[in-house]
Amino acid sequence: MRTMGLAGLDELVAALGRAGYEVYGPRARDGAIVLAPIAGVADLPHGVGDTQDAAFYRLRDRGDAKVFGYSTAVQGLKPVLFPAHELLWKARKTPIGFDVEDADATPPKPRAFLGARDCDLRALAVHDTVLASREFADKAYGQRREGVFVVAVTCSDPCGTCFCVSQGGSPKPQEGYDLALTELLDGDGHRFLVEVGSERGAEILAEVTTTDAPPTDTAAADAVVAEATASMGRTLDTSDLHDVMYAAADSPHWDEVAARCLACTNCTLVCPTCFCTSVEDTTDLTKSMTERHRVWDSCFGSRFSYIHGGVVRESGKSRYRQWITHKLAGYQDQFGLSGCVGCGRCITWCPAAIDITAEAAALRAGLTTGATDALETAGETR
Amino acid sequence: MTATDVVRDATAPGPMAPRPFRVVARRQDTHDTATLDLIPLYGEQAKWRSGQFMMLYAFGVGEIAVSISGGALPGEPLRHTIRDVGAVSHALVSSQVGDVIGVRGPFGTSWDAMDAVGGDVMFIAGGIGLAPLRPSILEAMRRRGEFRHVILLYGSRPGEGFLFTDEIEDWERNHGFTVHQGVRAGLAAVTSAPTFDPDHLLTLACGPDIMMEVAAKTLVGKGVPADKVRLSMERSMHCGIGLCGHCQMREAFLCVDGPVFNYDQLIPLLATEEL
Ligand SMILES: Cc1cc2nc3c(=O)[nH]c(=O)nc-3n(C[C@H](O)[C@H](O)[C@H](O)COP(=O)(O)OP(=O)(O)OC[C@H]3O[C@@H](n4cnc5c(N)ncnc54)[C@H](O)[C@@H]3O)c2cc1C
Ligand code: SF4
Ligand code: SF4
Ligand code: FES
Repeated sequence: MRTMGLAGLDELVAALGRAGYEVYGPRARDGAIVLAPIAGVADLPHGVGDTQDAAFYRLRDRGDAKVFGYSTAVQGLKPVLFPAHELLWKARKTPIGFDVEDADATPPKPRAFLGARDCDLRALAVHDTVLASREFADKAYGQRREGVFVVAVTCSDPCGTCFCVSQGGSPKPQEGYDLALTELLDGDGHRFLVEVGSERGAEILAEVTTTDAPPTDTAAADAVVAEATASMGRTLDTSDLHDVMYAAADSPHWDEVAARCLACTNCTLVCPTCFCTSVEDTTDLTKSMTERHRVWDSCFGSRFSYIHGGVVRESGKSRYRQWITHKLAGYQDQFGLSGCVGCGRCITWCPAAIDITAEAAALRAGLTTGATDALETAGETR
Repeated sequence: MTATDVVRDATAPGPMAPRPFRVVARRQDTHDTATLDLIPLYGEQAKWRSGQFMMLYAFGVGEIAVSISGGALPGEPLRHTIRDVGAVSHALVSSQVGDVIGVRGPFGTSWDAMDAVGGDVMFIAGGIGLAPLRPSILEAMRRRGEFRHVILLYGSRPGEGFLFTDEIEDWERNHGFTVHQGVRAGLAAVTSAPTFDPDHLLTLACGPDIMMEVAAKTLVGKGVPADKVRLSMERSMHCGIGLCGHCQMREAFLCVDGPVFNYDQLIPLLATEEL
C-alpha cells in the first residue's frame, strides 16, 4: 500500500485531468457539501464537517485541516450519471412521415469522481443493476457510466443519519473503485493511505508521488474504519425485513406516517437509488420538430399512478407505503438487492423528520402475533 | 459489474425511440373506438405474441400503451384497437389512412391460450378489454378442433357499444364458440352450466380491475385452480421496458412481468388496496 500527502492528492487530480477526465469532487457551496467539477485540492472543503439529523443539516468548522471530514454529500453520483432532466430523442417531420434521432448522452470527457463513499458506490451498483443489466438497458445511463473513474474515500465521521453498516455497507469502500483513500491526520502529519482497485487506478497512481505506506499508517487507517463503524448515527433491524414490510401492508401505522408526510418528494430526489422517471414531450410552434425528455419523477407525486379514470395511489399512506416497501423489500425481489444503502439522506432532507429506520421499526413492532401468520404468507408468496 | 460492461451497443437505437409506422387501414368500431392497421415505413414488420402491447406515439402529442388486437401470424399487419379517452388516444383514434405514427415494442407477457389445448378455454372481456384478447381468440378459432368448449363472455357498460360484432357472430355460428354477450353478461350462465369442468378450464380475462377480480374470485370459488386464470393488468406506463417505475405493483413491473399474470401471482397484490 502507498501513502501520499496533500500535494500527492493535488497531483492525482492533475493526473486525472491529463488522462482526459473531468474531475468531480466535494465542494462547500451554499452551506452544503455538493459534488461539482474541481481543479485541484484548493477546491475541496478544508476543515469542513457536517452535522446531520432528521430534518437537520449544517456545516461546521472542524478546527482541523481534513478535506474529507464531512459525511454524505447532499447527493450521491446520481445527478451526474442519471440527470434529473435529459433529452431522449428528437423527431422531425419528413414528406413521408418522421425521422427519430436518439440523443447522444456520451459526455465530452469521461468523469472521475473524487471522494465517493461506500454508500455512493453501492448505490452506483444498484443503478448499474437496475438500469444496465436487464433485458432493456437505459442507453443514456450506459453512455454516461462508461469509463467512469472512481477515487473513493473512507468515511471517518459518519453523521447522525448514517446506517450503512446495518445495510451491509462499511465506512471503508469495499468494491467498485479504481483508487480508495483513507485520510489520516495525526502527529505523523496529513496524509492519505491509497489502495488500488483496478489496473487503471494503478496506471494513474504511477503518475503521483507516493511512498510505501508504513505499517503504522495501515494500522491508523484500520482504526479510522473501526471507530467510524462504531459511530453510526442510526441502525436498521434487517432480519426478515422483506417479509415484515409485505406483512405490514395493511398496518394502521401508514395513516400515522401519512399524517406527517408532506409528499414533497425530497426523499426520492436525494435517494441515490431511486430511478423513477416520466417522459415529457415538447413540440415547436410549427409542429414539425418534437423532442422527448425524461425527467425524474417520484412515487410520492399524486399523478404518478394516474391512469384514465383515476389515480391508483390516491391516499398519502399508499404513496408512503410504496416508497418504503419498494426500498426495503420490492428491490430484493426485483433485483436481488436492497433498494436502500443506508446513506441516511432521506432522513436528513425530510422536512417532517420522517425516518425510514424508525418507521420500519414501528411497522415491525406493529406486527402482532396475529400478523406473524401474515408474515409467513408473505414469505411463501414470494 | 465494471463500468465497461454497461454499454452494449452505443450506436443502436435505444429502446425508447419509436419507429415510424403507416396507417394502412382504419375502421370505426364504436362511437369512440377505432382499429388501425399499421406497417413499418422502414425495415421489417414487428413480431409479437398474443397479449403483448406496444407503446404508440402520436407525433407531437405523446405516447401510450396499447395492446395488439391483431393476429400474431406472420404477414398480418400490426393491428390496434384504441378507445378515445384523452389527448393521446384521441390523436391516435383520429389518425387517417396514410398517417404515420410511432411504435415501440412489442412488450410484456402473452396469453398463451394454447396451454388450454385438450380442455376448455374461456375469454372474459369487459369493454375495450376484448381487443387485447382478440389475438388469442383468433388462435382458438384457427385451432378450434384442439379445444373442447370455447366460451366468450363479453360485457360492456350501458352506452359503450360492442366491438367486433360481425366477427363475434362468425365465431358463434361457424366456429362453435359459446357466446354470452350483453350489458349485464355474468359468469353465472357459465359456471352453472352442466358442462362446466373446473379442472379443465383456462380463463383469460381483460377488463376493469374490479371486473377481473370478481371473475377470478368466482371461478376459484368454483374450484378452478388460481394459476389457470390469467388477467391482463393495466397501470400507468411511461416506458414499457421496466425502467420508469410507473407501472409497479409491489415487486411486479406490470410492463415486463405482465401485463398478463396468472391470478395466483396477483392474489397477494390485489389483497391490499391502492398497492
Ligand atoms: C398494457 C396496457 C394495454 C392497453 N391496451 C389498450 C388498448 O388495447 N386499447 C385502448 O384503447 N387502451 C389501452 N390501454 C389504455 C391506454 O394506455 C390509455 O387509455 C391511455 O394511456 C390514455 O391516454 P390519453 O393520453 O388518451 O388519456 P389521458 O387521460 O389524457 O392520459 C394522460 C397520460 O396518462 C397516462 N395514462 C392515462 N391512462 C392510462 C392508462 N389507462 N394506462 C397507462 N397510462 C395511462 C399516459 O401517459 C397518458 O398519456 C392499455 C394500457 C395498458 C397499460
Ligand atoms: S432510502 Fe434513504 S437511507 Fe436508504 S439509500 Fe435511499 S436516501 Fe439513503
Ligand atoms: S417507486 Fe418510489 S421509492 Fe421506488 S424507485 Fe421509484 S420513486 Fe424511488
Ligand atoms: S412502464 Fe416503465 S417500468 Fe413499467
